[in-house]
Amino acid sequence: MAENKEKVPRVKMPEQDPDVRRRNFEEVPLGLTPEMAIKEASRCLQCKKPACVEGCPVSVDIPGFISKIFSNDFSGAISKLWERNALPAVCGRVCPQEAQCEGRCIVGKKDAPVAIGYLERFAADYERKKGTGEVPAVAAKTGKKVAVIGSGPSGLTVAGDLLLKGHEVTIFEAFHKAGGVLVYGIPEFRLPKEIVASEVAALEKMGAKIETNFVVGASVTIDELFAEGYDAVYIGVGAGLPRFMNLPGENLIGIYSANEYLTRTNLMKGYLFPEYDTPIARGKNVVVLGAGNVAMDSARTAMRLGAESVKVVYRRSREEMPARTEELHHAEEEKIEFVLLTNPTQFFGDANGRLTGMECLKMELGEPDASGRRRPVPVEGSEFRIDCDLVVVSVGSNANPLLTNSTPDIALTRWGNIIGDPVTGKTSKRGVWAGGDIVTGAATVILAMGAGRAAANSMHDYLTLGW
Amino acid sequence: MAKITAREEMAQGTIILNEIEAPRISRKAKPGQFVILQADEKGERVPLTMADTNPEKGTITIIYMVVGKSTARFRDLNVGDEYFALIGPLGKPTHIEKVGKVVCVGGGTGIAVLHPITRALKDAGNEVTTILGSRTYDLLIMEEKMRAASHTLHICTDDGSHGHHGFVTNVLKDILEKEKIDLVVAIGPIPMMKFCSLITKEKNVPTFVSLNPIMVDGTGMCGCCRVSVGGTTKFACVDGPEFDGHKVDFDELAKRLASYLEDEKKSLEAYKKSNA
Ligand SMILES: Cc1cc2nc3c(=O)[nH]c(=O)nc-3n(C[C@H](O)[C@H](O)[C@H](O)COP(=O)(O)OP(=O)(O)OC[C@H]3O[C@@H](n4cnc5c(N)ncnc54)[C@H](O)[C@@H]3O)c2cc1C
Ligand SMILES: Cc1cc2nc3c(=O)[nH]c(=O)nc-3n(C[C@H](O)[C@H](O)[C@H](O)COP(=O)(O)OP(=O)(O)OC[C@H]3O[C@@H](n4cnc5c(N)ncnc54)[C@H](O)[C@@H]3O)c2cc1C
Ligand code: SF4
Ligand code: SF4
Ligand code: FES
Repeated sequence: MAENKEKVPRVKMPEQDPDVRRRNFEEVPLGLTPEMAIKEASRCLQCKKPACVEGCPVSVDIPGFISKIFSNDFSGAISKLWERNALPAVCGRVCPQEAQCEGRCIVGKKDAPVAIGYLERFAADYERKKGTGEVPAVAAKTGKKVAVIGSGPSGLTVAGDLLLKGHEVTIFEAFHKAGGVLVYGIPEFRLPKEIVASEVAALEKMGAKIETNFVVGASVTIDELFAEGYDAVYIGVGAGLPRFMNLPGENLIGIYSANEYLTRTNLMKGYLFPEYDTPIARGKNVVVLGAGNVAMDSARTAMRLGAESVKVVYRRSREEMPARTEELHHAEEEKIEFVLLTNPTQFFGDANGRLTGMECLKMELGEPDASGRRRPVPVEGSEFRIDCDLVVVSVGSNANPLLTNSTPDIALTRWGNIIGDPVTGKTSKRGVWAGGDIVTGAATVILAMGAGRAAANSMHDYLTLGW
Repeated sequence: MAKITAREEMAQGTIILNEIEAPRISRKAKPGQFVILQADEKGERVPLTMADTNPEKGTITIIYMVVGKSTARFRDLNVGDEYFALIGPLGKPTHIEKVGKVVCVGGGTGIAVLHPITRALKDAGNEVTTILGSRTYDLLIMEEKMRAASHTLHICTDDGSHGHHGFVTNVLKDILEKEKIDLVVAIGPIPMMKFCSLITKEKNVPTFVSLNPIMVDGTGMCGCCRVSVGGTTKFACVDGPEFDGHKVDFDELAKRLASYLEDEKKSLEAYKKSNA
C-alpha cells in the first residue's frame, strides 16, 4: 500500500443533499462503501512512528486497523480498534479529528490527511451490520461489585472494561435511556440512536445491569451503595448544568438552554410530536448563542424543525469557533447564518411573555485574554436588534451539584467539578473514582472514554490487590 | 416496578389517586418532595408531588388533576398496570420546624401536596389551622385527612355550597387580623398563592408556596423550570419547589406555564380521538 499513495485523493464522504437533509433528521454522512474504504486505506503510509497515534487521546493503533481494512479484513480492523476504543462507531463520527489523529497525520503535511475518522466509522458500522454480533468473553467472576453512575461514554467504557475483567457491574442512569449526551444531546442526524442502543445492548449481553430512572444523590447516596454491597464506585455524571447569560428577559417563553432544547428533541423525540407527547417549540426565526458543537447541533436542529432563518450569534470571530470543522461546514451548507463579533445584551417579549427579539452589540477583537484568544470588546453605540421567536443559549455548561451535594466527602474544585487523579481518576473518597466531563468540565467523547479506561484499570487493581 | 397497587377517583373523577409500588422512594421521601412519572416510552415526564408514603408497604401515593394528555393517559391506567418510569424523590424537602402558630392554605390538587406538610408541621408541635378552598363542595378533596392533620379546619367554596362562601384569602385575612401567626403555607392555583402572599406580606408573616413550573428532567440539567425569586433565577426542581411567597414572580410563572398551550390542546384531542 506504500506505492502511489499521494496520487489517490482523499475520499469524499457521500452525504445527503443539503437542501433535503436540512428538513429531515436522518444521518447526514452516508458512510463509505468497502471499495471506498479500501482505496482510502491505501493512502496510509504505515508510518513506523505514526504521528496520528500521538494525536489520538486513547492511542488507537491507527496504522494497524487501517492495514486490516486495506487487506479486506474488516473484522480484523474492528478488533484492532476495540483494543483501545470501546465505541469506534461513535468516535469515528464525533471526534474532532482535525485537532487529533488527522491533525497529526503525515500525509496531511502536503495533501489532505488520511480520513481516519471515516475509516474508523466504516469498520465499526460494517461490524454492526455484517458482524457476528458476538461480544467479547468475560473473565472468571471475581465476586466484586461495581456501581457506575452515569451512562455516558465515560461510564459505558468503565462498565465494559470492568465486565471484561470479571467484575459485576451495575450502571445507574438518571434518565430512562442509557447513553448520556450521546442520546440526549447529540442529534440523530449526526449520531443515530440505534448505534448507541446497540453498544448498550452489547454491554448488557456481557452482563451489565442497567438501572435507569435512578438519580444517585436523590434515589440513593454513594454511602448507601457501599452499604448495599458495592465494592467500588465510578462517577461519570457529565457536566449537566446549563449556563445562562443572566441578561434581562432571559425567562421569556422561547428562550431555551441547549440542554433543554436538545433533550426535548432527541431524548423525548419532540420532533415526532404529537406521536411522542413532549412538545418542542418550532421557531420561525431562531438565534443560537455560542459556536461550539452544542451550538451547531442546536442550530441544525432548529432548521430541521422548520425554521425560516437560523442565526448563530457569536462574540468572537470565525477562527475562534470551537465546533468541529465538519459541523461548521455542514451548518453552512444547510443555510445557517453566522453573525460574528456580536453579543446579546437583552431580550424583548410581548404581553404574553413570549420572545419577540433581542438586542445585540457589535464587538471587535482586542488584546489576547487568559485563553490566548483575542478578547472581544464591545463597540460603543453599536446596538442593533434581531427579531426572533426562539433563542437557544449554548454558551457552555457547569458541573451539576445534585450528586456531589449528597456526598460532601468528595473534594471538588472551586467550580464544583470533582477532583480526580489525572492518571487514575481516584477521588478523595476511598473506593470512589470519577472521570469525564464531571472532572474536566465539558470536553469530548474520547477524553471521557480515555478517563474511563484509566479509571477501570485503577479500579481493577483496587478490587484485586487493594487501594 | 412502579406498579399501581390502588386507585381512587375523587372530585367526580376529575382528580385521581394512585398508590404505586416504589420501595426505595418510599423509604427516602420527605414531605414536599416530588417524583416524575412517564406512562410509556413516548410519554412526557410529568412531575407530581407525593401526597403520602408508606415505607412499610413500600408504596407512594400521588394525587393528580386530569388536565391534559399526559394526566388523561395516567387516568387510564388501572390497578396492576405499571408506569414506564418513576423517578425520585426529587426537590428539596419542606423545612419542618416548630415555629408556633401555622396557617396552611390549600386549593385544588394543592391540597394533596399540602397534606404531608401539614401533618409534619402538626407532628413537630405547631398549632395548625387549615383553610381549604374549591369552586364547589363536590370538587373538594381530602377533607377528612386534612381535618385529622390540623387543629382547626375551615372550608371555603366559591359558590357557597359548603362552609364559608368565598375565597380562602378572606378567611386568611380574618385570621391574620385576629391572631399573631408565625408561618403561612399556601399551595394551590397560582392566583391563590399570589393573593395569599400579598396578604401575608402586609402583615410580615413568613410564607412559603410550592411552585409547579413545566419541567423536563427534574434534576437541574435543563433550566426549563426556571422561576424568578427575589429577582434571581432559580431552578424549581432542585432549588425548590418551595419558595418564599413574598419574593416569587407569580405573573412570570403563570405566563411560562402557558408555553405549550396550542400543542397541549392538539395532543389531548388526538388522544381523545384515538380512545373514542
Ligand atoms: C450537544 C452536544 C454535542 C456534542 N458534540 C460532541 C462532538 O461532536 N464530539 C465530541 O467529542 N464531544 C461532543 N460533545 C461533548 C461530549 O458529548 C461529552 O464530553 C461527553 O459525552 C462526556 O461524557 P461523560 O460520560 O462524562 O458524561 P455524559 O455524556 O454527560 O453522561 C452523563 C450521564 O450521567 C447521567 N447522570 C447525571 N447525574 C446523574 C446522577 N446523579 N445519577 C445517575 N445518573 C446521572 C446523565 O443523565 C447522563 O446520562 C457534545 C456535547 C453535547 C452536549
Ligand atoms: C414539582 C411539581 C409538583 C406537582 N404536583 C402535582 C400534584 O401533586 N398534583 C397535580 O395534579 N399536579 C401537580 N403538578 C402539575 C402537573 O405536573 C401538571 O398538571 C401536568 O404535568 C400536566 O400534564 P398534562 O399533559 O396532563 O397536561 P398538559 O396539557 O400538558 O398541560 C396542562 C398544563 O399543565 C402544565 N404542564 C404541562 N406540562 C408540564 C410539565 N412537564 N411539568 C409541569 N407542568 C406542566 C402547564 O401549565 C399546562 O398548561 C406538579 C407540578 C410540579 C412542577
Ligand atoms: S478515537 Fe478519535 S482521535 Fe482516536 S483515532 Fe479514532 S477518531 Fe481519531
Ligand atoms: S500518520 Fe497518517 S500516514 Fe502515517 S500511519 Fe498515521 S494515518 Fe497512516
Ligand atoms: S426541570 Fe430541568 S432543570 Fe428543572
